[in-house]
Amino acid sequence: MSKQINVALIGNPNTGKTSVFNALTGLNQKVGNYPGITVEKKEGICKLPRGVKAHIIDLPGTYSLNASSLDENVVIELLLNKNDKDFPDVAVVVSDVENLKRNLLLFTQIKDLEIPTILVINMSDRMAYKGISLDIDYLEQQLETKIALISTRKNKGISELKELITNFKELSTRPCMNASSIDDDYFNNLRKAFPNQLLYKLWLVITQDVNFGKTDRKSIDAVSDFKTKSKADLKRLQQKETIKRYQFINDTLKKGQTIDLATAKDLRIKLDRILTHKVWGYLIFGVILLTIFQAIYDWSSVPMDFIDSTFASFSEWTKSVLPEGAFTNLIAEGIIPGLGGIVIFIPQIAFLFLFISILEESGYMSRVVFLMDRIMRRFGLSGKSVVPLISGTACAIPAIMATRNIESWKERLITILVTPFTTCSARLPVYLIIIALVIPEGRFFGLSYQALTLMLLYLIGFGAAVGSAWILHKILKIRSKTFFVVEMPNYKLPLLKNVALTVLEKTKAFVFGAGKIILAISIVLWFLASYGPGESFNNAETIVTEQYASENLSEEELQQKIASHKLEHSFIGIAGHAIEPVIRPLGYDWKIGIAIVSSFAAREVFVGTLATIYSVGSDEEETIKNRMAGEVNPILGGPLFNFASGISLLLFYAFAMQCMSTLAIVKRETNSWKWPMYQLVIMSGFAYIVALIAFQILK
Amino acid sequence: MTLADLKRGQQGIITDVSSIHIPLKLLEMGCLPGNSVELVQVAPFADPMYLNINGTHLAIRKETAMHILIETVDE
Repeated sequence: MSKQINVALIGNPNTGKTSVFNALTGLNQKVGNYPGITVEKKEGICKLPRGVKAHIIDLPGTYSLNASSLDENVVIELLLNKNDKDFPDVAVVVSDVENLKRNLLLFTQIKDLEIPTILVINMSDRMAYKGISLDIDYLEQQLETKIALISTRKNKGISELKELITNFKELSTRPCMNASSIDDDYFNNLRKAFPNQLLYKLWLVITQDVNFGKTDRKSIDAVSDFKTKSKADLKRLQQKETIKRYQFINDTLKKGQTIDLATAKDLRIKLDRILTHKVWGYLIFGVILLTIFQAIYDWSSVPMDFIDSTFASFSEWTKSVLPEGAFTNLIAEGIIPGLGGIVIFIPQIAFLFLFISILEESGYMSRVVFLMDRIMRRFGLSGKSVVPLISGTACAIPAIMATRNIESWKERLITILVTPFTTCSARLPVYLIIIALVIPEGRFFGLSYQALTLMLLYLIGFGAAVGSAWILHKILKIRSKTFFVVEMPNYKLPLLKNVALTVLEKTKAFVFGAGKIILAISIVLWFLASYGPGESFNNAETIVTEQYASENLSEEELQQKIASHKLEHSFIGIAGHAIEPVIRPLGYDWKIGIAIVSSFAAREVFVGTLATIYSVGSDEEETIKNRMAGEVNPILGGPLFNFASGISLLLFYAFAMQCMSTLAIVKRETNSWKWPMYQLVIMSGFAYIVALIAFQILK
Repeated sequence: MTLADLKRGQQGIITDVSSIHIPLKLLEMGCLPGNSVELVQVAPFADPMYLNINGTHLAIRKETAMHILIETVDE
């Protein structure tokens, strides 16, 4: 077997690079339209002609090799490190036929690294529509490369590209222009100081620091006989370099490309006139948001009710079929309700990602960034913070990762810190079940009280995010360069296949990622609830029988008393009792206490935990909601979940930082434990105080 | 005059981008001397500005636009 060919896909954002990746690997993934959507490392295997295989890596989109963000830095780090196992044997630069000039800038830089390079010109199906024609032979000759003219939408040119990759050894490694002529003296000195190194590579290492400040530069500064330049001078040189490259590109395209403007058509102008309008733009955005929330609440309630009742009957059925014993109980009372707590999420998450991916695919998300920037800036955020805040309604984890293309560190940090306030889908099951229990069913101007309460909770979440952003904006003393450049891509009709795959992939990742934790906690909880230390647990039957000997209880009632006594003296009961004094002022009992404690692993565990706790010892088929409605407050009497304790719980969940995965991702993105710890303490402390006040006023 | 003075629908030619307040990324996207620029749309308070620079559509903030020098083109 021959060795695999390492292929790196590189290109500007919005060139359909991910579509090319999907076409080559068959592992279909996401084609985003929002600049910088490709943040994860994506790899795939591609079968080439004659039994050769290629390992393909889809690098984050970048406009050049001068990184200004973490994402872009990934590209440079890989291309500068020959020892990296992913270092490409061949670089495939993906460009968009409508933006060829801009796309070629990156291409000329990669050629300077002397890596064999193929130029892919994508979206060739738009050429006639835009009146563009290309002289491929001339371009190949001038750019010292091979060109693959393809269309991922129409599935054309892919086999030609595969052929070019297979024959990568025939590609030229000569640069297509001479960039060092911008300052001959400087580059000659550099060449003398490091005779064995590639000149352009040295230049990139020197200048990375100017824009980004991550790459280690010591190796060059350590050589005393080479005098480097001030940052301002280096920046000026980079400007000259960019101009020089564009001169070359302009000259090349003048002969190699003709655009007949008479035949060019443009839909974008008409759409933008409405969608970015000062009044209509905001109205349309508002209507879109309302539709999304309405859909999540309304459309997903039917499948959710179905899932809820299906799992309840499945648990009953398991018990009736399997022989009695600890193992059966583990399955019926621990694992099945735990799984139900995961599956119940699927409808809402799927709807959220459906809308988000349509907004991104169509190019509309960039217009939202444009519309919202000025408003968001007042709160220390960027227009680009809108995307994380909206994605945060699905899950804070991808949302925090989506902050990477915010150029200003301060704006980015504030966005990361406040995003967990937005109502993520993990809060929804908690909200939905408590709203159903404590909010009456009436209607107000045709809108149900329950839907209004949910909407209010979303607004509270956004309010908390924006309000705390404003406070952080005033407190944080971070000086960082603030600039804002956002590409406004062409509008595209979202491809059904791309949207469907995104929904599938994201839902799967969420269910399996969070699902593992939920399931594990459910099992642990079941154990803790089914076993206990000491006399009062082990001899529960004797104790309870003696206690109620005088009363005339039926066998069934007696069994329930025993089960409840056992639960109270189990490990989990003891833990719940221990924290009860702290949460009693909020209107909660020890069972809710257990659910809150386990929620710190992930909020959605709340419902599953209560389901596990209440189903332990009860033999009747009841849905979780009915079980909760029947609970009595041991101290105050009356239902445990009344208006006061319900509102208190809703507010607690709205504000508290209860997601370990989010804390872990914040640590990774901010590179410090300081920020996640602040989030944990401040958000949860605030949640406790607000919940306390709410209960004490309402009770 | 600077890019920030441009009115909606007006066109200009970029003359100077040497200010250090202009991010390199903007130059890389084609904001270079000699290129044409058109103000396509503005958000409320004329900020940010939605531009068409030589066929590339992008949005920048007014504070950046103030540093880009241009000449207007009379049609």
